[in-house]
Amino acid sequence: MSLAHDAPVAVGRTTKAQPAARTWPEINNPAAWAVAAILLIMPLIASSFFLIEIFATTLILGTMALSLMFLAGYGGMVSLMQLTIAGFSAYMVAVFGVSGNPNISLGWPWWLAVPMALALATAFGTLGGALAVRTEGIYTIMITLAIGAAFYYFTNQNWAIFNGHTGINTVATPHFWGVNWRADIPFYYIVLAVAALCYFAVEYLSRAPFGLALQGVRDNPRRMAALGFNVNAHRVAAYAFASFVAALAGVLQVWNYRQISPGSVSVGACIDVLIIAVVGGITRPIGPFIGALIFVLLRTFALDFLVRLGLDGNRFRLLIGLGFLAIVFWSSDGVIGLWQRWRQHQRREVSRASGGRGHG
Amino acid sequence: MSRFVERHPAWALITIIAIAVGLWLVFAVWPPGLEEAIGRKRVFLNAVFNGITLGGLYFLVASGFTLIFGLMRNVNLAHGSLYLFGGYVGYAISTSSGSWILGFIVAFILTAVVGVLLQVIVFRRMEGQDLRQTMVTIGLSIVFADLMLWACGGDFYQIQTPNWLIGPIELPLVTAIKSSGDPVYLRYPLVRLVIFVASVVIGVAMWLALNRTRIGMIIRAGVDDRDILAATGVRIQLVFVGVFAFGAGLAGIAGVVGGTFQSLSPGEDIRFLLASLVVVIVGGMGSIPGAALGALIIGLAEQLGSVYIPTYAIVVTFLIMVVVLAIRPQGLLARR
Repeated sequence: MSLAHDAPVAVGRTTKAQPAARTWPEINNPAAWAVAAILLIMPLIASSFFLIEIFATTLILGTMALSLMFLAGYGGMVSLMQLTIAGFSAYMVAVFGVSGNPNISLGWPWWLAVPMALALATAFGTLGGALAVRTEGIYTIMITLAIGAAFYYFTNQNWAIFNGHTGINTVATPHFWGVNWRADIPFYYIVLAVAALCYFAVEYLSRAPFGLALQGVRDNPRRMAALGFNVNAHRVAAYAFASFVAALAGVLQVWNYRQISPGSVSVGACIDVLIIAVVGGITRPIGPFIGALIFVLLRTFALDFLVRLGLDGNRFRLLIGLGFLAIVFWSSDGVIGLWQRWRQHQRREVSRASGGRGHG
Repeated sequence: MSRFVERHPAWALITIIAIAVGLWLVFAVWPPGLEEAIGRKRVFLNAVFNGITLGGLYFLVASGFTLIFGLMRNVNLAHGSLYLFGGYVGYAISTSSGSWILGFIVAFILTAVVGVLLQVIVFRRMEGQDLRQTMVTIGLSIVFADLMLWACGGDFYQIQTPNWLIGPIELPLVTAIKSSGDPVYLRYPLVRLVIFVASVVIGVAMWLALNRTRIGMIIRAGVDDRDILAATGVRIQLVFVGVFAFGAGLAGIAGVVGGTFQSLSPGEDIRFLLASLVVVIVGGMGSIPGAALGALIIGLAEQLGSVYIPTYAIVVTFLIMVVVLAIRPQGLLARR
């Protein structure tokens, strides 16, 4: 539970440190170090249920939402197909690797199947992105939503590769160096490592020349074009990077559940990724992880919570939808934005109080 | 039309040939060789008619969507929810009162009221913030979907077709020649034809209203430039509310039609949202003739696809969208 309270603190401090220099904002931030330490020793604190069902799932969903945050926050392109890319990569792991459907799976070892899945999913996402960049703004949402929905219906109908609506079950997970990497603790560390890698990659990229050019493209594409930047190439490259991040998350997801079916790439799930990113805040890479934590906690405990309040436990999606509406209505920057506003409010109160004392 | 022929003679030729081949396939008696190659003519004609009538349904849903988008730049991703809501209302009314027509009227009015409430309470507060409006409609669609699941459960509902529309009708289209030399005519459900004619009538009426009346003139002016229109003294908020109500009401009517054609269940909202998205992407955002053309293309592609290449029907629809985006990103009939 400590994560929920510490993570926003990290954000608050980070933003204060940000304008200082173009270095890693976390380095001088004690809260960020605390969060990192807690995440590292998590297996000692949390039970295996919390470790996998809450924290590993949060990190996987957070990574997916991170790819959306990268596109939306830095590129200004709200793509609803990030989950579809992750799902595609998950399907590819199941198809090329080993699974309980031997007539579909090719039975490659994981170290061949995973790079193949990553490459194919990245190519898929890049192609989708190349299609989506032909339009702008809200059109992007519609086209990526249409791509996601088409993929969902396709997996439902196609039996040769995607095994129809039953999907592919008992997907094999990697065993090497004598370790079962799907055992709770090793798997948690894999997920943590990948999530951290993606997080720092996004953070680095946002300050690298490419990321700055991308933000320029987001703010004023015409001026960037006049400056000689190839606007569409930057956007497609952003899609390629985000697709790779989403594909990584997809591999982790299929290892987590050991199965993949059209239900996991449904339109509702695509929209869930958007909700996670928006609720967390799409201006900073930490936002998606906060959003994912809130989402996973709600999804896991809303049923018990609602029943305890004497309400129907099945109204979990209603709760999510209303929460999302409230966030969109009152904060353009998700929970991070709310937190920052609260902090500023507090600071103003403090300075007003101290100022009054100085005067007296 | 003549300008299109002058500017793209090759495309015009291809279109004319395609139309001629299509007409020949529909009206001629197929030679035996063709029947062996692609199956019975009855199957083909049924698929074509199903496609056209499904296109009529898609047009009803998508025209409201495109009208709202054209005027308010609001991508209403809750449009599918309005469709499903209208369907449930139509089901409740038509089963309790026994009148199919009454179901349409009440569904139109209630979904229009929901549309008015949405516009007044939600969208007016965030005018000009496209992305935020879209996000809000996503949130609303989740909330509506769950509320409807709560109220109606996960069952399938089908609206009863009224007695005077039940049964097939014989069309003057020859599907085959019997060995005795008598022609066999196509039999097709009357209700689908009636609904298709009704959607054509609605479409033509909308086109006339938009192009020949004063209100239509105001709406077209609003599509082109809202701010100038507001500056000329038109009460634009009233126009917005009216258009939103009408678009939502159309979705409600479409829900009743869909409930009669097919069935109503949770998940249909997303299916029809996707259909209207693809239809307006293909036809061109904000254009009523575009919605009609897109609906026809998508309906035909879906039905012909599900008959001739069953596992890849959805891919055909999607490929059409990709090709249109690649050639004409603004849609086939958009004015840019």
